[in-house]
Amino acid sequence: MVIFFYVFASLIILSSLMVITSRNPVHAVLWLIFAFCNGSGLMVLLGAEFLAMMLIIIYVGAVAVLFLFVVMMLDIKVSEFKGAVDFDMSFAFFIAVLLFIDLVVVILLMAKIDLPIGNTEFRLTQGLGNAYEIGRLLYTKFVLPFQTSGLILFVAMVAAISLTHRLRPGVKRQKVLEQMMRNKENSLSFAQTDGKKGLEGLDYDN
Amino acid sequence: MTINQISLEHYLILASLLFCIGVAGLFMNRKNVITILMSIELMLLAVNINFVAFSVHMQDIAGQIFSIIILSIAAAEVSIGLAILVLYSRNRGSIEIEDINQMRG
Repeated sequence: MVIFFYVFASLIILSSLMVITSRNPVHAVLWLIFAFCNGSGLMVLLGAEFLAMMLIIIYVGAVAVLFLFVVMMLDIKVSEFKGAVDFDMSFAFFIAVLLFIDLVVVILLMAKIDLPIGNTEFRLTQGLGNAYEIGRLLYTKFVLPFQTSGLILFVAMVAAISLTHRLRPGVKRQKVLEQMMRNKENSLSFAQTDGKKGLEGLDYDN
Repeated sequence: MTINQISLEHYLILASLLFCIGVAGLFMNRKNVITILMSIELMLLAVNINFVAFSVHMQDIAGQIFSIIILSIAAAEVSIGLAILVLYSRNRGSIEIEDINQMRG
């Protein structure tokens, strides 16, 4: 079990480093998928199987495919590698190292304190399974956050569609109301021909 | 905290390392917005690992429920972000950060 943690941890660190350093966005998305698969493995090791499967389904199945779709649709040029370490890179490295040292100090200080184990209301009972526990609480105690997250997803769907939808000229589309409102008066017209000449200038839209 | 036994601190340090890599990606990348969105996803993954580690350590299922809600909000965020990106590149023809400075005050 211990070796699996170190394997998943080193792979997740490696793949997330590749996400932020790779120049080709398609490669970065593929490394991101790999990072999420490793994160799912870590959650299985922790004993949260339902969440691990959710991570695979949502991230690898939906979000990463969305990323890939957009990356391929936008046709981004692969930016060339800048040889020397420039100011931005060293600044980012400095910020990240500082933040990491800070977090590690806080975590190691916390290790001396005994955390109070367990809130009796949301206790994780053994032997019932992860999905059962989550479902039991998600639909009873946490129904308001659950419904709110559904509402947020709905608003996001409406926003994404209304942002990217556009009416292009020259596309024939069905006008249901106009078709239903047609009758003899507004759709039938009589024309007189002079024989052997045909008709010109007819407006079929009215 | 020994090397042979995986404790809560191992997971917390791993998650903080992942979070710092995400922050470094945010600062480092000055070229395209997609990599910045991916850095945000990495930071959210770190937060999820933290939530699940604490949930298992404290034997409290509420952390995992929070984690599920974070997953759905992250999906909403990335869909709106990518929609804005598609719209922007359709209008301006480029998604480089240096070009996105029209909105500064």
